[in-house]
Amino acid sequence: MQEEAHRVLQDPLVVISVGVRTFAESLEHQGIEVIQVDWIPPAAGDQAMIDLLEDLL
Amino acid sequence: MATGIVVRKNQYYDSVFLMGVNKRLSQMRGVTQTAVLMGTEKNKQLLVDIGIRGDQVATVQASDLIVAVIAETKQVVDEVLGNLDQALLAVEGDAPRSSLRTFEDALAAAPSANLALFTIPGEYVYREARTALEAGLNVFIFSSNVPVEEELKLKELASERHLLVMGPDCGTSILGGVGIGFANAVRQGRIAAIGPSGTGLQEFTTLVHHAGYGISHAIGTGSHDLSDRIGGITTFAALEALEQDPQTDVVAIIAKPPGANTLKGLGQRLSTYSKPVVTCFLGVRSAEAASHGTRRVAPTIDDAARLAVECLIGTESNAPTGLSDTELQQAADVRQRWSAAQKYLRGVFAGGTFCYQAQQIMLERGLRIHSNAPLDLGLRLGDPNTSVGHTVLDMGDDAYTLGRPHPMIDPTMRKQRITLEGQDPEVAVLLVDFILGQNASADPVGDLVDPIQRARETAQARDGELTVVASICGTETDHQDLSLQRRLLEDAGVIVFPSSTRAALFCAQLLEPG
Amino acid sequence: MDIKQRIQAANEEAVRRLTLGDPVLIDIAPAADVMPGMQGKWITHSGPPIEWERMCGAQQGAIIGQVMYEGWADRPEKARALLDAGEIHLAPNHHHGAVGPMAGTISPSSPVWIVENRAFGNRAMCRQVEGRQQFGEYRNGALEALRMWRDVWAPTLREALRRRGGLELNPIIIQALQMGDELHNRHNASSSLFANAMAVAICEAAIPPERALPTLRYLVGHNLLFLGPAMACGKAIADPAANIEASTIVTAMARNGIEFGIRVSGLGDEWFTAPAPAVDGLYLPGYAAADAGLDMGDSAITETVGWGAFTLGGAPGILTLVGGTPDEALTHSRDMRKITTAQHPTYRMPTLAFAGTSVGIDIRKVVQTNIAPIIDTAIAHKDPGYPIIGAGLLRAPMECFKQALIAFGHRYNA
Repeated sequence: MQEEAHRVLQDPLVVISVGVRTFAESLEHQGIEVIQVDWIPPAAGDQAMIDLLEDLL
Repeated sequence: MATGIVVRKNQYYDSVFLMGVNKRLSQMRGVTQTAVLMGTEKNKQLLVDIGIRGDQVATVQASDLIVAVIAETKQVVDEVLGNLDQALLAVEGDAPRSSLRTFEDALAAAPSANLALFTIPGEYVYREARTALEAGLNVFIFSSNVPVEEELKLKELASERHLLVMGPDCGTSILGGVGIGFANAVRQGRIAAIGPSGTGLQEFTTLVHHAGYGISHAIGTGSHDLSDRIGGITTFAALEALEQDPQTDVVAIIAKPPGANTLKGLGQRLSTYSKPVVTCFLGVRSAEAASHGTRRVAPTIDDAARLAVECLIGTESNAPTGLSDTELQQAADVRQRWSAAQKYLRGVFAGGTFCYQAQQIMLERGLRIHSNAPLDLGLRLGDPNTSVGHTVLDMGDDAYTLGRPHPMIDPTMRKQRITLEGQDPEVAVLLVDFILGQNASADPVGDLVDPIQRARETAQARDGELTVVASICGTETDHQDLSLQRRLLEDAGVIVFPSSTRAALFCAQLLEPG
Repeated sequence: MDIKQRIQAANEEAVRRLTLGDPVLIDIAPAADVMPGMQGKWITHSGPPIEWERMCGAQQGAIIGQVMYEGWADRPEKARALLDAGEIHLAPNHHHGAVGPMAGTISPSSPVWIVENRAFGNRAMCRQVEGRQQFGEYRNGALEALRMWRDVWAPTLREALRRRGGLELNPIIIQALQMGDELHNRHNASSSLFANAMAVAICEAAIPPERALPTLRYLVGHNLLFLGPAMACGKAIADPAANIEASTIVTAMARNGIEFGIRVSGLGDEWFTAPAPAVDGLYLPGYAAADAGLDMGDSAITETVGWGAFTLGGAPGILTLVGGTPDEALTHSRDMRKITTAQHPTYRMPTLAFAGTSVGIDIRKVVQTNIAPIIDTAIAHKDPGYPIIGAGLLRAPMECFKQALIAFGHRYNA
């Protein structure tokens, strides 16, 4: 629907930052609300566990 | 060895708290052992066991606090016991930020979020970005090395929901005046830009700003978006969004050549686009592209900015497109000062797009320009660490950045390369770009000015002159102080241009006055 | 149903059972009377199964003490000889319906706390809690408390308890959690509430002063008194949640100073073990980290059911063990939410806005988030012959949960 199309250009930004903090900080300096996730890879990057959890969780 | 005891009558403290106090006291310099205990029989025995005894201890009650110190000197004992009140105060450490560890946690904490920004390793992006899109968020993916099949799936999903996937490998966007990633502080206005290259967007936006106009939005699409594999999904979505955006009157697309099918599709879309569009497809020879309808074709980023402004204000600009007479004379003068051996150009770029554009400009002049990121595949450098003839380098390439931040942030690799090129007596011209803006180095010129000066001194000692040409991409509102950066370069004898296009044109003139 | 749905349904059932737990202290009796299947000379111990030769110094010291307490040897060397010759049958507490703190040693004449879970009728036992023999000390009167417990305190409490008809423990647990206890190393409130109830019961049972007074003094002077009943409660609450097909919920965490083991509901009685971690802690005067033994005891049953370090956010008095700040303690409690399944409806934490305690540790979530259960514990010496030397914090080894997940995959998703 046209009205729903691409509201991101119209609405105020509310950002979830996943990864390094620096990009989040530059957004905060511009007065943007940022929620920072101190992300780690699932299962701390253990691929065997990631594969298992793909099926089980 | 000295010992000291303090007894505080009728002062009850929790035993666990006292263990913490004891730990702090025992870590003070010169202390051999401490005991901080309530005066129970059991504890008094403990004191005896570690060699502390005496009348004072014997008469202590269970409700009294005993603090005993064994230290190297009496001075230490006195100091520790003298500071006892301080030590008995609770220690308030820095409370860590209550951290969210998963994207799902963040979504629960911020239900009104509309953009997810990803800087995690590429192999993990798909799962998280998919969750974001399914939750109705737009996505900005700075991460690179996302498999192209995953990029396609994400963009198809986004397309169904009228959401934007900016990336992967996207360094820059500006949405409603808000810079995301590497971006310059530019005036808001009515010209929009779309592109797979961050630095291309950065330079376009700063040139529009310098011309006195402004940017509504700059939408990064990620470096693979215009390939035939992806088919320009984000580019098309951005075009649609900007067509409907009441803040935008003119759209510019700055990119390397799209895939053949995508280029065709784009041409068809643009033929019915309701707003003027300027396309700058670097590396596409001007004979193959033509303006028609509301579409204007710009060979360089400078041309794109100029044409976008013309579309906006409806009149042709008077800005000169080539070099001025002064600049032409300057080029002629500079050539005179080279030694007989000096003849080659070496470009050491942080901005990959600038490196590519420089090749386009010089190849058109008939120059043979080698590169690690070649426009002409026949001129690919054999060894990225060894320049051949005229060579321009994209220092953001993996060959130089493994384990290091991008050259826009970390000057180390460019410093080394500049020094190396400066030692080559056949080098006449050094071409360098400087990029300001948020998240870039705090002092891009300062980072490189020493190796530049030393390289010039080396050439001087050989009775020649190393011509250093630079462009600065930035505005007076960027935090790095544009005029100071420019002055630093000029003081070092560098010839400074306000755009990479002009810097490259000048270098072409130096090498092929024609 | 696909495997994810099966797991979800099974876990819901496990959590349902965990939250229905209704523990009642019904008796205190000699272990020989209530631990079935044990004959002759036997001692049960904390943690997963382990042979005498491999046991850590403190556990060996405790077992030597237990042998002498039973009168099977009158000197440590003779006790050791009996053990070396294999003449004492050793087994884990958990395999015989019991738990015990630190070395956790129980022998035929040890009076054990007996808790019945009225919701399911099952029972669990725990030995007494003291500060010397269970840490591996066996000399200089270290066994005196065991004898007093056997001869005076336990029989007195037993008589009072039976006269009373048992004591419901949920009211004490609920209140204590709201009074700053975490029910593993901080039992000031629960012990006080329990002592109050038992003092009245002792009076009502008209027990003569020569037994009543020493018992009351014992109750009043023991600020970890309630740990014994609490551990028995933990096992009585957790056991009904065991052996549910396809459930990934942890039903036991136990350590013997050499290995840390977990049991998982859908994987039956199997132990998944890893080397016992070191404890990050504070030490009593005269001791330091170099003296310390590794993590030991069945007391992690408290964390298994959502108490202990899982409720550190509500136990400010134990903060210096955590690392010092209230915010960090709250962070730990919030982190434990991420690896558990549900909130308990009646065990609540005022400092987390009266949210319920976190129930149902899910091995999948532990591995996914890389957040291991946090445990606070006392520290024993690495060698036999010492009392408690300190206390601190540790994380359950991630390896246990990964192994369990692999086994789960083989069994349910091959």
